[in-house]
Amino acid sequence: MSEAARKINDDLLRPLLRTSWRFYLLVALLGSVVVAGLVAWVWQMWNGFGVAGLNNPVYWAFYITNFVFWIGISHAGTLISAILRLVNAGWRRPVTRCAEVITAFALMIGAMFPVIHLGRPWLAFWLIPYPSNRLIWPNFRSPLVWDFFAISTYLTGSVLFLVLPMIPDFALVRDRTTGTRRKIYGVLALGWRGTPKQWHRLESAMQIMAVAIIPVAVSVHTIVSFDFSMAPVPMWHSTMFGPYFVAGAIFSGIAGLIIAMAALRKFLHLEDYLHPVHFQNLGKLLLMMSLLWAYFVFAERLTVWFGNESAEVQVLRVTQKGTFAPLYWTMVVCNFVVPFTILSLRRLRTISGCVIASFCVCIGMWLERFLIVVPSLGHKYLPYSWGTYRPRPVEIMITISTFAAMTLLYTLFSKFVPIISIWELKVGAQAVEEPVVQHAEHAIGEARP
Amino acid sequence: MAHRWGMAVDLDKCTGCGACVTACHAENNIPIVGPAEAARGRAMHWLRVERYFEGEFPDVRVKFRPVMCQHCDAAPCEPVCPTYASHHTDEGLNAQVYNRCIGTRYCANACPYNVRFFDFFNPQWPKPLHLQLNPDVSVREVGVMEKCTFCVQRINAAEIAAKAEKRELKDGDVQTACAQACAARAIVFGDLNDPESEVARLSRSPRAGHLLEDLGTLPKVAYLERQTQV
Repeated sequence: MSEAARKINDDLLRPLLRTSWRFYLLVALLGSVVVAGLVAWVWQMWNGFGVAGLNNPVYWAFYITNFVFWIGISHAGTLISAILRLVNAGWRRPVTRCAEVITAFALMIGAMFPVIHLGRPWLAFWLIPYPSNRLIWPNFRSPLVWDFFAISTYLTGSVLFLVLPMIPDFALVRDRTTGTRRKIYGVLALGWRGTPKQWHRLESAMQIMAVAIIPVAVSVHTIVSFDFSMAPVPMWHSTMFGPYFVAGAIFSGIAGLIIAMAALRKFLHLEDYLHPVHFQNLGKLLLMMSLLWAYFVFAERLTVWFGNESAEVQVLRVTQKGTFAPLYWTMVVCNFVVPFTILSLRRLRTISGCVIASFCVCIGMWLERFLIVVPSLGHKYLPYSWGTYRPRPVEIMITISTFAAMTLLYTLFSKFVPIISIWELKVGAQAVEEPVVQHAEHAIGEARP
Repeated sequence: MAHRWGMAVDLDKCTGCGACVTACHAENNIPIVGPAEAARGRAMHWLRVERYFEGEFPDVRVKFRPVMCQHCDAAPCEPVCPTYASHHTDEGLNAQVYNRCIGTRYCANACPYNVRFFDFFNPQWPKPLHLQLNPDVSVREVGVMEKCTFCVQRINAAEIAAKAEKRELKDGDVQTACAQACAARAIVFGDLNDPESEVARLSRSPRAGHLLEDLGTLPKVAYLERQTQV
């Protein structure tokens, strides 16, 4: 084994083998926030949905905002990593796994919200098509049923996409540990021996998944946008919502990825693997998405304003000048002004610059989803039934706890799985001209029995 | 021929007294949410009288418009419901099956008229109103949507009675609670498929129009617009 390969093993397996008290403290802190969120949800079910701030006519608010936001964050991983794999971008190697994990966890969190927001969540399984004693299928015309299929497909696909390249790393951990750990990772490694046949199968499976997952990812957020654009609600009923949502999703997804990578780099001491160039490249991608987002917002707002359709203009006015104006302009600053300024100047496009921009984008994109959902519902066609919305503690608690849940899942994951794909890194460390399989085989030689 | 239930509201006759709202509450076991919840925007009135003021004080004109579920033929609430809780009956009613409802509230968002209401809590009635519940109407539990049914329990009762007497339903056999309670007879209910019925006649009036009809929802409630300058 070469010196470089040994260093990679030591650095990337260290979090799995050594645990400090800080880890337990962090897990306890995050865990208690997550538990508090679960308690809030149970409390909401126990007391009735009325403990939330929803009302007539604003029947969707924080929960649906969180749903769209987290599904959006999930576009960080799989989509970006699939594209980078397909174009064979060399710098992707340390990035792909931490991106794919975000997808899996953000999807799980996001997919909880359609259930949390149900009036009778204990009946959520009625969305599943199965021959039931009620003798009816779900209504396949409903975008919520489309959501169910889109999200379950995407979750299955991205978990597969995440787990496939983890197999050789599990084998590596298996071979370097003893006792119970060895048994667990042995099961997870699925009998991986590193034979050429196995490498070949892994490579083709990953190629297939990378190609297949891209249309799935695009379709998921398009269908999420259909939840809104299919309804005849002012400023929801728009043909551009599909691409608008997908672009926004990738935008917030990259921001989430940058934050996660910066945290990993700092806390797991991965400075040798996550270089400034990774942040700069992702920062450029974020800059492009920021411009694209601004273009979409401009196109949407200008056409509504120019078309001057009375109900739509009312929503436009209330967001840009009315009660939602502070949130709206915060969104513009967070999603465009700050990232554009920081990321377009090379001097500012440092790791901390990218992280600041990413935090702004996450806030801005959450506000964007909120401003899509709430003002339109509060200002439908008949002014007599206009209304507005204020969150109540249960909604705020559940929202906060999802961020804690994401951090907790991520922390635990990086404790049990090498957060950077070890074998891919070793392949990358070798020369690139020869076929990948041979190199991978060579690099992972010690994984053999 | 199947019935096609519809309604006509003569806005010239409506005085805005609110008797229809009260009658609707009493007939359909609609919960009374109380002032605190009403202030949060959770007031539940399957039928509401919308008030609009025109002009500057003191030359103010008040316009009243009773708004209930319009029982649209192309109802936006129906296709969006994942469980068919909101669906169209053979007689043109836009029905809500409470037991199928899982409370996505999507139907209420899609409804341009905002006439669908969510049960934020289990229903309660201040004493002694709990003694006047209508046994023909189910009460709704927390977490489901509810809305105007065109008093479907009265329609069913009239149809059963007519069948027992081996005769056809005739115009006026079915009255919704709001139509019955309207002192000015501004609200008329009946079968739109019967060209001789009063509701069909009123719906053909040159004054008749439909609320937000340019949205293409094909509502079955006709509003006869005001002509008098009171």
